[in-house]
Amino acid sequence: MAQHEAATIVDNGALHAGEIVAHEGGSGFNIHPMDQFIVQPLFSDGAVGMFTLTNAALWMLIVVLCTALLLVLGTRGRSVIPGRAQSVAELAYGFIYKMVEDVTGRDAVKYFPYIMTLFMFIVLANFLALIPMSFSPTSHIAVTAVLALIVFLGVTILGFVLNGASFLRLFWVSSAPLALRPILAIIELVSYFVRPVSHSIRLAGNIMAGHAVLKVFAGFAGALGIFSIVPILAITAIFALEVLVAFIQAYVFTILTCVYLKDALHPHH
Amino acid sequence: MEGDISTLGQFIGAGLAGLGSGIAALGVGNVAANFLNGALRNPSAAASQTATLFIGIAFAEALGIFSFLVALLLMFAV
Repeated sequence: MAQHEAATIVDNGALHAGEIVAHEGGSGFNIHPMDQFIVQPLFSDGAVGMFTLTNAALWMLIVVLCTALLLVLGTRGRSVIPGRAQSVAELAYGFIYKMVEDVTGRDAVKYFPYIMTLFMFIVLANFLALIPMSFSPTSHIAVTAVLALIVFLGVTILGFVLNGASFLRLFWVSSAPLALRPILAIIELVSYFVRPVSHSIRLAGNIMAGHAVLKVFAGFAGALGIFSIVPILAITAIFALEVLVAFIQAYVFTILTCVYLKDALHPHH
Repeated sequence: MEGDISTLGQFIGAGLAGLGSGIAALGVGNVAANFLNGALRNPSAAASQTATLFIGIAFAEALGIFSFLVALLLMFAV
């Protein structure tokens, strides 16, 4: 359902943006940077329902398939001298394992599978979205909000299950002077509930902004004729930056999950 | 050029909210600059602190993303 609502919002937004450009441009610019985020059903023109196969759903399926292929094929041989797929799979596994160990601690290793799943989904969704004409699921707040909300609810429930009521001491900063603690408690409480918002919007905002910038420069390239070499070179540079951003945002999402998990496991400051 | 006063306010507000993203960039640059400052003084300790660097950058960036979101909401959702 959330997906459907997001689809209609983005749809309206795109039409709105298109109208603005059409009214104000008037000089040959034809830029629709938000059109690429429209969620459309693949096999019909009708409304997007609960089980309609949309382009967003298709690309998420492709991401899951690629993750499974990479990790299953990569770990099937398990040779001493790894091939390409095995190298990548081992690299990703070791990278995330070390991150969980370093940031959250040895006792968090049992939550490693979920964190690894999150990282692989986000990083592959980001990378596959960089293929021209593809669709970027992680640019939708509906998708990232679900990922962030699962982390938020999971961490909160885990915190209460593992620590009982003493999980609330997370908000009672015992190192601060007594007079300041109630004020700090309010600030900590607010910042705790803002976490899923910033967690999800950081990823969606970065990916959406990057893709919109690429489209805007593509629009320049279409309008400038012989001078379009300048925006095309700019697109190349921005694209390289986007590859970097795609990885860093997946990394940041994962490491923040580890940080939040640490609060649930060790709530005492 | 046509439109009403609320559209004008919407666009001006979106532009002002966009300023926040730029100011957040100052914060991110500050984090990275101070990290580099410390890392060049003690390079052996730098590798173990890259995770902290990215967490700091992420927190500084979050507020800029919020203002970007406000700009987007003003442009497309209001």
